[in-house]
Amino acid sequence: MLTKRIIPCLDVKDGRTVKGTNFVNLRDAGDPVDLGEIYALRGADELVFLDITATVEKRKTLSEMVRRIAHRINIPFTVGGGVSDIRDVEMLLNSGADKITINSAAFKRPSLISDLARNFGSQCVVLAIDTKKESDGVWWVYLQGGRIRANETCITWARRGVDLGAGEILVTSMDHDGTKHGFALDITRTLSTELPVPVIASGGAGQMNHFTDVFQIAKADAALAASIFHFGEIEIRALKTYLKERSINVRI
Amino acid sequence: MNLAIIKYNAGNIRSVLFAIERLGISATVTDDCDELRSADRVIFPGVGEASSAMAYLKARKLDQLIKDLSQPVLGICLGMQLMCKYSEENETECLGIFQEIVKKFRIDKEGDSKGDVVKVPQIGWNNISDLKSALFNGVPEDSYCYFVHGYYADFGNDTIATTDYIQSYSSALNKKNFYGVQFHPEKSAEVGNRILQNFMTV
Repeated sequence: MLTKRIIPCLDVKDGRTVKGTNFVNLRDAGDPVDLGEIYALRGADELVFLDITATVEKRKTLSEMVRRIAHRINIPFTVGGGVSDIRDVEMLLNSGADKITINSAAFKRPSLISDLARNFGSQCVVLAIDTKKESDGVWWVYLQGGRIRANETCITWARRGVDLGAGEILVTSMDHDGTKHGFALDITRTLSTELPVPVIASGGAGQMNHFTDVFQIAKADAALAASIFHFGEIEIRALKTYLKERSINVRI
Repeated sequence: MNLAIIKYNAGNIRSVLFAIERLGISATVTDDCDELRSADRVIFPGVGEASSAMAYLKARKLDQLIKDLSQPVLGICLGMQLMCKYSEENETECLGIFQEIVKKFRIDKEGDSKGDVVKVPQIGWNNISDLKSALFNGVPEDSYCYFVHGYYADFGNDTIATTDYIQSYSSALNKKNFYGVQFHPEKSAEVGNRILQNFMTV
């Protein structure tokens, strides 16, 4: 039976992880490759590397990092952060990435999604959407790392993205991100039950029961988190055992 | 060990190469007929679409070459599907090494037993069961492997592993020197490493 996926996310800048970690016995806690390998050994189902480098050297440092990851890690991994054209994607896939996430660039130019799906297959195109529930009760799309509100609702944009060829949706609730109060269950459930592709929920994980809720109530296919894993607040194997005890199918 | 990976117009070839290198084995990625014929082992990888991949193989006469190989050959994902008789994906006549037919997953609108929406393609980790081949030596029943696919091989005489998604299907096939796996051993953690290692000794 297909399992629910647990996905640690690593923020990377200039080839180094950004947020601190408290891993012991790690040769270099700042090295995303070392950290990714530890997560893979500890039962992560996939990894996401989000690159926030904003320098002209970005392309080169990122492709080198992806190549190192691909050599060492034996589970699937996704790379994203500022991916804006087909050349970026080709470079990342050729370096060994399994999937890429696209966000603002796809919103500005939706044909990017169909171009990527046609050239590389939908299975490697993950549409990332940052969203926020306004006082009108509607979940709106936000762009540029959450700085700009787009005139489009999350569900409309997600549906369009899937029609254009996105193979998965990664939805991050800006209202929940960083709060550790749990995932955004309502928008995640809307996307999971209305779209024919897998939905990865992101933002708000703080406790193990938040994962139970996002899988059981919101029907997410995968859940992504960063700090709770980096700071050892939740250990992946313990989380999976907890979920299995609650009849959620996970890979142990 | 002289291992060759078939180079053609499909994705994930580099991932397979890296996985082989992690096992400490060097491999050549090639579409050269002599190199492929003289290799000790051949891997036929692939993520992509069936009809364009078959057209590419035919144009380079790799279709006949693959069928004539006598050393152990491992097809992965699309590679395995292309080794079957026929694929519903754009009604493609395939290599016919395996007699099984490749069909499209059909979504049941009712959802699964928990009422969850069943999605196509299948993306993620699923069990491999009823393991019947030296390819799975040391691999426990119901081990998890990583799958990404919208089409599946039906059951037949060549089935050596089964998986459940929407319905049961062949997640691995074997006939004589030819092996095929629907999942991605190169992305399936320790289980995948073991299967790749086993392929070096079958």
